[in-house]
Amino acid sequence: MINSSLKQLGEMLQAKKISSVELTQTFLDRIQQYNPNINAYIALDEGKTLAQAKAADARIAAGNVAPLTGIPIAQKDIFCAKGWQTTCGSKMLANFIAPYDAHIITQFDAAGAVNLGKTNMDEFAMGSSNETSYFGGVKNPWSFDRVPGGSSGGSAAAVAARLCAAATGTDTGGSIRQPASLCGFTGLKPTYGAVSRFGMIAFASSLDQAGPMAKSAEDCALMMNVMAGFDERDSTSLNREKEDYTRDLYNSNQAKPLQGLKVGLPKEYFSEGLDANVGNVIEAAIAEYKNLGAEIVDISLPNTGLSIPVYYVLAPAEASSNLSRYDGVRYGHRAAEYTDLMDMYNKSRAEGFGAEVKRRILIGTYVLSAGYYDAYYLKAQQIRRLIAQDFVEAFKKCDVIMGPAAPSTAFKAGEKVDDPVAMYLQDIYTISTNLAGLPGMSIPAGFAQSDDGVSLPVGLQIIGNYFDEARMLNVAHQYQQVTDWHTRMPAGLE
Amino acid sequence: MEWEVVIGLETHTQLKTNTKIFSGASIKYGAEPNTQACEVSIALPGVLPVLNKEAMQCAIKFGLAINAHIAPRSVFARKNYFYPDLPKGYQISQFELPVVGKGAVTIQVPAVGKNAAYEKVVNITRAHLEEDAGKSVHGAVEGMSGIDLNRAGTPLLEIVTEPDMRSAAEAVAYAKKLHELVQWIGICDGNMQEGSFRCDVNVSVRPKGSEKLGTRREIKNLNSFKFMTQAIEYETRWQIETLEDGGTIQQATVLFNPDTGETRAMRSKEEANDYRYFPDPDLLPLVISEADKDAVRAQMPELPEAMKARFEAQYALSSYDANALTTSRDLANYFVATVEAGADAKQSANWVMGTLAAKLNAEDTSISDSPINAQQLAQLLKRISDNTISNNAAKQVFEALWNVEGSVDDIIAAKGLKQESDSGAIEAIVDEVLAANAAMVEEFKAGKEKAFNALVGQAMKASKGKANPTQVNDILKKKLS
Repeated sequence: MINSSLKQLGEMLQAKKISSVELTQTFLDRIQQYNPNINAYIALDEGKTLAQAKAADARIAAGNVAPLTGIPIAQKDIFCAKGWQTTCGSKMLANFIAPYDAHIITQFDAAGAVNLGKTNMDEFAMGSSNETSYFGGVKNPWSFDRVPGGSSGGSAAAVAARLCAAATGTDTGGSIRQPASLCGFTGLKPTYGAVSRFGMIAFASSLDQAGPMAKSAEDCALMMNVMAGFDERDSTSLNREKEDYTRDLYNSNQAKPLQGLKVGLPKEYFSEGLDANVGNVIEAAIAEYKNLGAEIVDISLPNTGLSIPVYYVLAPAEASSNLSRYDGVRYGHRAAEYTDLMDMYNKSRAEGFGAEVKRRILIGTYVLSAGYYDAYYLKAQQIRRLIAQDFVEAFKKCDVIMGPAAPSTAFKAGEKVDDPVAMYLQDIYTISTNLAGLPGMSIPAGFAQSDDGVSLPVGLQIIGNYFDEARMLNVAHQYQQVTDWHTRMPAGLE
Repeated sequence: MEWEVVIGLETHTQLKTNTKIFSGASIKYGAEPNTQACEVSIALPGVLPVLNKEAMQCAIKFGLAINAHIAPRSVFARKNYFYPDLPKGYQISQFELPVVGKGAVTIQVPAVGKNAAYEKVVNITRAHLEEDAGKSVHGAVEGMSGIDLNRAGTPLLEIVTEPDMRSAAEAVAYAKKLHELVQWIGICDGNMQEGSFRCDVNVSVRPKGSEKLGTRREIKNLNSFKFMTQAIEYETRWQIETLEDGGTIQQATVLFNPDTGETRAMRSKEEANDYRYFPDPDLLPLVISEADKDAVRAQMPELPEAMKARFEAQYALSSYDANALTTSRDLANYFVATVEAGADAKQSANWVMGTLAAKLNAEDTSISDSPINAQQLAQLLKRISDNTISNNAAKQVFEALWNVEGSVDDIIAAKGLKQESDSGAIEAIVDEVLAANAAMVEEFKAGKEKAFNALVGQAMKASKGKANPTQVNDILKKKLS
């Protein structure tokens, strides 16, 4: 049951072979067994979760069923969910109970899905290893001394360890795709504006995008059907017609289902900095795509090297402003003792935020300051447009772009915490899609040996054009019809 | 040395929308603290702003009213600073690309002393949309400061002038004109006590004839025209005295203390915040199409200047009368309604600006709350014109109307104020008066013109004031000639 796809679970529920309460209890039991060690969840509330499962069973009994009705989903702790502790991985919000629902929470509720709990994450989604979380690091289920990636590390570990049927994540610079690569599952960052950001705690507003984290592309498509869609409460939500993301999945049984698909390989994604073993796995995956009928095209994204510097100007700039609301005045952490208003601000923020968050607030404040704004912020915005233009040119030559999602397999906890730049380089292949607003996904493509001889998952990244998620999901799905990487599960968690 | 004062104004006008500029919370004044503070007003984690289209329409209205450039694309920016009443830690405003660009307002500067009244054009630099902050409340809870976020997110249009004004009188004339205009076009209720219309005044002085601007100080948050006059005059004197004493002016923000009549520096430029403005990534650029402008234009009321010109042409009013009648839309509408109900235009203008205005003023009420409506006033004026009542009797009817004693005709009947216009009856009275006052008749015939007036008075008295004075005059003249 824990390895079943969302579609299979839905069918079992609707056929009343299992109840939502039974399914939910199965996962709650697994969480109880494994979570103390893995630390994928920050908040659990069995009462609330089982009440939702009961309600789902009643819906099923009444015949009022949607594809995800009764299925337990883990929610990244960046989404406000009414009555739930919503911390964003920070001491600042450790005591915050959300009084309202994020748009996607409302959507999952309406679909009859069950909220299994709130998953661990890097503090305010700032990190690539989940090590900046106030609630402690998360273990990679494939190798417990390694990180799951970040910032959606809790959701990643929960999906990989089968502590949920599927999970949500958010991706500002790679926070869905890099953990998907490091934990061996399928994760999609949709086009900017496809999923409403309402109720999703902001890190960098122009880059943040929520998306599904699940075992397969088909699961992600079903999740997208719930998550995506116009929401007037988010001014950057795009007013497009609701689409069925599964629409391309089931209609190609021929030998070469991807015949005619042009796959672009950016040379910049296969150069220095890419782990050789990871590179081999990606090349093998590309070869498999050729077997499926795809045509390989060499392309270039010349400004790729600028994406990290640009990102580390723009994202901290927005974050420095977005995080100003955490001042200890209305909610969240307030220092116990202070002498005056300024002292209260200083102490509350000094105590409430961790080192990485402070580092980014400082960077962001600096680049927006009078005298530096033009040289940093404005310049970065100009380069951001060049990076987006690179993709416009690339998509004239190909339908999708492929490459690694992360430069290495999962690294050991503690290995990069003291070297922010090495940590930032984890997102070298993912950040430019956020800057361009494009959709990107990571799918399991095999395993690579680490230096110490551990076999670890590797993710293949697929980048599509704006609103081309349905096609990307099919491109991933066809690969998953002829490979079984996405069905692999870490040993010892059965 | 002769000095010249240079003044520019920044006015925060609170827009008369139903809800806040970026959320659906009410902006009604005077509610219990924090009862109008929704998730967005409190700046809970995860909330997002959505522009209230009404605020955009108000900005377009203002742009059209001052004949300004309305930006087809303007940008909301974040102004970052920490303050307890600023829940997000930034104010959403507009910085580099405001919604309204350059425009102009024509002001009438009243006569002061031996200086005659004159007209002047004040150039508007820009007007931009922004949200208001909340309020700090001290002392409501013993030993603590409270925050009321009801006002947080209230839509404001900040209107900025060029440094075009050269006296307190000009600055106040501009502020009054702007105050009238924003109410006229219906974008602001103009309530200065409740903070709906607040002025920041930039004042600097320079030697007369100098082209270079002096260092300015900004007087914050003036909420009455009287204080504005006092503050500018004090600040101007202070700056001149400081310079004449060999001092220099530091750029600063100052507050006016109405109790002492003085201005005092709040913070200097060095302590000023670096607001780290940048475009708000949560909001798309504000795009205003020709169709948006046309839609607002279709709802625009006739503007005061146009109405003034029309009054002069259509009703043959003097420029002075037409101007006075177009100082507020309610006043102008009342006047037009009076004329449309059949009253003579000149007579209506005189009564509206004379008897009615005096009464409204004495009773401290506004024309929209007048107990006498335009139709009633018109009826009263018609009864004067058709000789039913005299001007004097009309004053009594006016008082009775004010006290809601009934219709014009009922009051005339009840009080027996109808004029005697039957020439036979008047002739009989005149004959009696002539017979009884032979001495006066002799005096008149001997050339004493005053005796004629005395005879008119006698006739009026004999008719108990009801005789039509014009007829009495005519008949007397005829009989005495």
